[in-house]
Amino acid sequence: MSEMKKIKNLKEFSTSADRFEGANLLCPGCAHSIIVREVLNATNDDLVLASSTGCLEVCTAVYPYTSWDASWIHIGFENSSTAVAGAEAMYNALKTKGRLKQPDRTPKFVAFGGDGSSYDIGFQWISGCMERNHNMMYIVLDNEVYANTGGQRSSSTPIGASATTSPAGTISYGEQKNKKDMLGIMGAHNIPYAAQVSPNKWKDMVKKIQKGFATEGAVFINAVSPCTTEWKFDPKDTMHLADLSTDSLVFPLYEIIEGHELNITYRPKNIVPVEEYLAAQGRFKHLFKDQYKHVISEWQTRVDENWEYLQRREAARV
Amino acid sequence: MAFDKMELKDIEVWDGNHAAAQAMRQAQIDVVAAYPITPSTPIVEGYAKFKADNYVEGEFVMVESEHAAMSGCVGAAAAGGRVATATSSQGLALMAEVLYQASGMRLPIVLNLVNRALAAPLNVNGDHSDMYMVRDSGWIQFDAFSPQEAYDLNLIAFRVSEDHDVRIPAIINQDGFITSHTAQGVHTLSDDVAYNFVGEYKPMNDMLDFENPVTHGVQTEEDWHFEHKARQHNDMMTIVPGKIEEVFADFEKLTGRKYNKVECYDMNDADVAVVCMGTSVETAREVATEMRAKGIKAGVVGIRVFRPFPFFEIAEAIKDIKAVAVLDRCAPGGAAGTLFNEISGSLYNTDLKIALSGYIYGLGGRDLTKAHLVDLFNELQANADAGKVLTQQQQFIGVRGPKLAYL
Repeated sequence: MSEMKKIKNLKEFSTSADRFEGANLLCPGCAHSIIVREVLNATNDDLVLASSTGCLEVCTAVYPYTSWDASWIHIGFENSSTAVAGAEAMYNALKTKGRLKQPDRTPKFVAFGGDGSSYDIGFQWISGCMERNHNMMYIVLDNEVYANTGGQRSSSTPIGASATTSPAGTISYGEQKNKKDMLGIMGAHNIPYAAQVSPNKWKDMVKKIQKGFATEGAVFINAVSPCTTEWKFDPKDTMHLADLSTDSLVFPLYEIIEGHELNITYRPKNIVPVEEYLAAQGRFKHLFKDQYKHVISEWQTRVDENWEYLQRREAARV
Repeated sequence: MAFDKMELKDIEVWDGNHAAAQAMRQAQIDVVAAYPITPSTPIVEGYAKFKADNYVEGEFVMVESEHAAMSGCVGAAAAGGRVATATSSQGLALMAEVLYQASGMRLPIVLNLVNRALAAPLNVNGDHSDMYMVRDSGWIQFDAFSPQEAYDLNLIAFRVSEDHDVRIPAIINQDGFITSHTAQGVHTLSDDVAYNFVGEYKPMNDMLDFENPVTHGVQTEEDWHFEHKARQHNDMMTIVPGKIEEVFADFEKLTGRKYNKVECYDMNDADVAVVCMGTSVETAREVATEMRAKGIKAGVVGIRVFRPFPFFEIAEAIKDIKAVAVLDRCAPGGAAGTLFNEISGSLYNTDLKIALSGYIYGLGGRDLTKAHLVDLFNELQANADAGKVLTQQQQFIGVRGPKLAYL
């Protein structure tokens, strides 16, 4: 049994283990690298990592360079989950057969994917891995858009966002569909642990990641990843955007244990209006025209209702 | 709990699927990630039953699609151990993306491909459309004509694929239903002898070696992609052929069963010959013998190794033949048959003047009968006598409606 890493403060945490190099090609202000470091730094155990095709992958493993100081694999757009599941199966086989080179280690198996590769094209692969309950963690770096290919909509893109394949125009307010409730769907697999995290709430996040690492079985994490390029905000404001997302309850932080025990893990002292979250991003600029303002008020209603729903579920333990 | 060995008779009555599953069991695979599809399903079911009865110590992961099956195989192989799976037809089409990734990442994986037609129209029976579809995927491809060969070639494939000079995944083809579901006598090896032949898996760049972290599946653009692909091809052309011969020779020493990249039957003094794959080879051999009784010196060439393609062995095998027919069990889709093109390519820069014709046959499991082959050999004899192809170069065998001929 591996010992849980003790983390005293943010400074120590952010420098505690550098298995993900700062030498990478991600945009300045990209939340992906912050999230990845928070995940990797949460443990001292060995890691077997995978990334789906996407920003994280193309920016960290361009031959002959790598940003990864831990075993890492990329296959395709849709299958980082199953790549890690295959590696986890191999670990179990070699453990049974007594052929592990370092049998005393307690490796953690982690797959990363963007929302495009998770909510959309890799959805089936993740569902399969969760259903089979591999001893692994799947983490969505959720920036609500196909960022690597230039900002096309995914099923995580929220209603009203202007994306290149759902652009705002004279008769359209942009994306027409509500964001898919990925955490709810994954929770419904009755997996041991599912949680939504945000890099700004690092204590909450590291607690959940460590809880996930200590869990036997499949863990699903949805991490909010504000995208300076596609959300259109100043790169220095990444953490501010993460704050707005959690404090407006657009991205509520909660966990679902075994599919039924829902715990809200962060209750903002001062709830920020959704309008403020939207106003901070260029992708929602058009919503502030008179003809589209109804989208903002409808959004506020949905957020309020969802917050009510989460609290009811938390109380009812369903 | 230690796993159990299985006592086998010297000769067991197995169909091709069961023969493949038994060889997989004997190879003591570490991870099988698989998804069932007709006609390869009994391989996966058979392996699952071995696992349920404690004959398999490795992991068996039933995933949710063929794409996931090969994805899991790639992850497992990169982690560092022996990996195999099985599929057919549509399943292969779904996993095709990952086949290229497996070979490009130089991961040894063994895939039993039970050949079946590709839809539409939907069809579960055997032809070689799936085999041809992945001909350029960078995998080694063996072709078994019988259950015995499906068994033997599985054991051989692990040895070739996992060799550290090779590290290229391998497919073993067998004809859907005709081989996969037809029981025949199969000479077996004991579990210990079979495993000793395959040998222990020797990891390389394994993700589970935590002292030496490794990055698998990087991106390369115009600066390096070409070199990687060229190196892969170079190894297929220069290293794999010799390794296959070496393992074939070791297998012959162990069992007395001799395999060749190109299997020649009555070719030494033949005037006419058929080149084909799969179960058609055995049918053609039988008819060739009957043709000799009628005064036609007929021979048969079976393609045992489809990738890397045995160009020189083919040219050598048919260099003295006057008329040759190449049989393709796949819709040509607006071209000459795939195998026809390969044989043409083998001969083009030689001085050989062989009357070469191509025949499309057996699509979707349509039988190739002895009567078809009698007609074919007679047609070849006419070509041989004339010193040229008297018909159109591409003809269809056994299809209803008006005669189809092109080129």
